[in-house]
This record gives sequence, structure tokens and C-alpha cells, in this order.
Amino acid sequence: MNSTFEERMRESVNRPRIYFDHAATTLPRPEVIDTVATLLKESYGNPSSFYQEGHRAAELLEDARARIAACLDVHPEEIFFTSCGTESDNWAIKGTADAHRRRGRHIITTTIEHHAVLHSMEALEREGFDVTYLDVDHRGILEPEKVREALRDDTILVSVMMANNEIGTIQPIKVIGSICREAGVLLHSDGVQALGAIPVNPNELNADMMSFSGHKLYAPKGIGLLYKRKGVRIDRLIDGGAQEKRQRGGTENVTYAVALAKALEMSLADMEKESKRQTALRDRLIHGVIERIPHTKLNGHATERLPNNANFSFEFIEGESILLFLDKFGYACSSGSACTSASLDPSHVLLAIGLPAEIAHGSLRVTLGIDSTDEQINHFLIDLPLIVERLRDMSPLYSDYKRGVLPSLIPEEGSLDLEIAGGYGWSS
Amino acid sequence: MQYSDKVLDHFMNPRNMGEIEDATTSGTVGNPVCGDIMKMDLKIVDNIIVDAKFKTFGCGSAIATSSMATEMIIGLTTDEALDVTNKAVAEALDGLPPVKMHCSVLAEQAVKKALESYYIREGLMTPERAKKFAILGQCEHEENYEHCGCSDE
Repeated sequence: MNSTFEERMRESVNRPRIYFDHAATTLPRPEVIDTVATLLKESYGNPSSFYQEGHRAAELLEDARARIAACLDVHPEEIFFTSCGTESDNWAIKGTADAHRRRGRHIITTTIEHHAVLHSMEALEREGFDVTYLDVDHRGILEPEKVREALRDDTILVSVMMANNEIGTIQPIKVIGSICREAGVLLHSDGVQALGAIPVNPNELNADMMSFSGHKLYAPKGIGLLYKRKGVRIDRLIDGGAQEKRQRGGTENVTYAVALAKALEMSLADMEKESKRQTALRDRLIHGVIERIPHTKLNGHATERLPNNANFSFEFIEGESILLFLDKFGYACSSGSACTSASLDPSHVLLAIGLPAEIAHGSLRVTLGIDSTDEQINHFLIDLPLIVERLRDMSPLYSDYKRGVLPSLIPEEGSLDLEIAGGYGWSS
Repeated sequence: MQYSDKVLDHFMNPRNMGEIEDATTSGTVGNPVCGDIMKMDLKIVDNIIVDAKFKTFGCGSAIATSSMATEMIIGLTTDEALDVTNKAVAEALDGLPPVKMHCSVLAEQAVKKALESYYIREGLMTPERAKKFAILGQCEHEENYEHCGCSDE
């Protein structure tokens, strides 16, 4: 006999927690933690210092840089250490704007970028820059020709993320990059979610700058990277000492730079195997959820998506409630619901792919990682349908639908690729 | 953002969730576009609320405040129920995170909406009572958010 909601909730107490939010952050690998512990104890020198401890730290830092460069197939002098992905995005965008403002004041980006990019763009708009925000299609993909159409004589930068943090869609950066090259316009790509998950080669992608973050690939928080192609000139964001070839002040975080090099090497060594494994888990999750839960749609592209990302909308219910019950059942997940953010607006990404707000509120993001297992998916496929059913029983929208006075926006059988034309008709 | 144990308890084990088949009156407030909608059914006998049930589409605090509001008004006269404020509901839940206060307004509005149509239908609406329904004209989000843009319905 099937377990009930209450039975499953009780049983979950005896089970280890299940972490399904790897797009938010990851648990550092044990080898990375060991590296950090050893270096904090044994190599605390400042790379700028003129004595042995300093020289040793500088050696470690440059070794980390070289190893990371090798992973990306670029030159070590094209790698800059930062504090996080957000800093890298800010630096690439604002640094380019500052250095090239005499040449032009037009920048192109998309509506689904991370806030680190979007809010940097808004800051530049306040300074008088003109930003074009390109729409994506209902699967979250940017049509590269739109970039070509948006280019102007005064365009100085195009910034398009490689893979989206919410819906996991992978953009055709290589094609976008060649359009930018042809036009002589710099391309920046936020590769925070992509690095370690899918192949990232800035040269092959025709990207001039790319942002990365350590803690998304099993390194600690507090370390990021900016890849900047040789010859690309941008202004400093962080003024200070002569670190990072005078381009980013601040004592280098040597320990975390080495940790990031270690984590990246390990991710790349595993990538082919892990990518296949996680894709299989992800697809089993996606098909299992849509089969078991009526009125459910997949958000994003069915195949052009990160191996670890699944994002769903469940009609008639709200995302924060799903997260609360999932947490109680032992799962850590995320939602694009307004109620999980500080604003009242649902995720800008879900709205950008055309979801009506009432559907965007009921979204759930599940992101897998190297520690995710088949057994965890099995549990999830039992628990999630019970939770959704419980919340639908509480929902006045669902009873209205059952009574036939409210239409359903997502068909009962669900969909992997649904374009929703409009909402229930409430105005906002 | 952290919810109190009481909020979580009322969310996980909601009291009086459901619908009343022979409800005397009911009120629906909120807007799915804003992410919450609340329906409150009341059974009223001799001006006393003998039963209340809710259905809510919304976040944890929306469900918890609905649940708490029903507990607080059952057994009260309709006039007493009119004086149950969103602040009292929030306090009974050991407080709500500031960004969630609008959910408690929604619970107060749902009860008032149901009582308003009851008073009007029964010919019991007086100028004094009418004053207490002013909250229905307000956007439940207005206090906390500049960007809401919600109408009252």
C-alpha cells in the first residue's frame, strides 16, 4: 500500500538530508577542504612580501593560475582572481563601460541574466548608458540573430550568460561570439553555472571575458575568476595595490585560489562521467515528476539545459509552500516564487520566458550535484506528488478548477515544452 | 527569513482548512498574480460565528494566518470578529517576518469580506459597521511594497 503524507513526513526524520540546490552553492569536496586546511596553516604569507613566506605564497598563487588557465585552455595572464562571480560580472561590465565610454555608450544583454549583470546594467543606465535587453524564446534560448540586429555603431559590449541559473538553458554563445567578433564588439559571458558542468573554452566560444565562481563547483565561497582575453582593456573596479597585474587591488586569497584550481581540475576530470550520470538522473526526475503530478510543466529547454537542472511549474499552488514542506520532508530546493524573495515579483527569468505570474509563483528548481543519487530521486518522486496534492487540497484555485469555474493553464497530462498564452484573467 | 514555530505548526497542520457546504457567507480576497488568494467560509447562527473554514493559495504565512484567523473568530459574535485585526493574528502566531505582514492583512480582509456581504444581505449594515470595512478598499501589499500594483481584488 502507498504511504500517506503523514507517514512519509514522519519517516523522513530518519533519513539523511537531501541537498537539491547545487545551483545555489555546493559542498566543497573533501580534497578541497584538505587543501584549504593545509594551506591556512602552512602558507599564510602575503604574495607581495619580499621574503620566503611571500615568495612561497606567490608561487602557489601563480601555480593555481596556471592550472586554472590550463583547464580553460587559455594563457595564465588571462586569468584574474576575484572575490566571487558577482564581482567578476560587475568588473567586466562596468570596467568595459568605463574604459570604452568614449567609443560608445550602448550595451546589449538579455532579460534572463543574473542580477549581478542586470543590476550592473541598471547602474550604467543611471550613468547615461543605453542598454538593450534582448528577449529569449519560451524555452529560454536567445536567438543569436537578435544580437546582430541589436548591434549599433556605438555598441561597446554584449553580455550573455552561458547557462541560466534558474532554468538551466544553455545559450549558443559560440554563434553569438562570432557575430560580436565580426562586428568588433566585446563579448562577456557569465559562465558561473556552466564551469565544471559543461565544456567551457573561452577561445572556442569567441568570448572576450567570462565570469566564474568557486562555490558553484565544490570550492569554497569567497573566490571567483574573471577570464579576460589578452589585449582587452577594461578599467579597474577595485582600487588598491598592484595585485593582479595592477588590475585588481586587494591581498590575494591564495588559499582559495589553490582550492579553486583543485576543485576545477577535479570537476573536469569527472565531467564526462558526471555529466552523463546527472543528465540521466535529471531526465528521470523530469519525466517522473511530469508523469506523477498533473498540471505540471517543465521550464526551460528539454535538452539544451545543464545536466543538473530541472525547473517545474505546478499549477494552482505557490512555490514557497512547496519549499517549506520539502524542507520538512528533508529536501533543500529553491523556487522562483515571489514569496521566497524580498520583492513581490516572481522570478524575472520565469516571467521572461512568458509564464504568467500565477504560474511563475508555483515554480520549483531542483539542481543536482556529484552527491545526488538514484535513491534520492526515488524518494523525491514519492514525496513531491504528496506535497503538491496536499497544497492543491488547500488551494481555492484548485477547487474552482475542479468545479469547472476556472480554466487550467497547464494541461492535466503536463508538458515538456509549453508556451502559455495568458493567465487566469486577473489583472495585477 | 525564518518563521516562528507557531507559523510552521499552523502551516503544516492547518486548522479549519476546507469549505463549508452550507456556509452562511463567504469572502475571497487576494490575487493569484500577486501570489496569494484566500477564501473564507463562515457559518453564522444568531450572529455568532459557529464555524469557519478557509482555502488559501499562497506562501507559508498566508496559509498559517488563514488557519489562525479561523481559530480566533470561531465562537465570536460577528461584531467581535470585525475587531480581530491583522496585528492580532500576527501576534497570535508569535510574529511574522516584516515582508510577510501583508499576508496577515489578507486574512483580516477575507473575514471582513465575508462579514460585509453577510451584513448587507441580512440588512444589518449600519454606518458604524460600515467604517470597519474600510480595509477592504486597501491593497494588502501597499504598506510594504512600492511595486505591487495590486488592486483590492
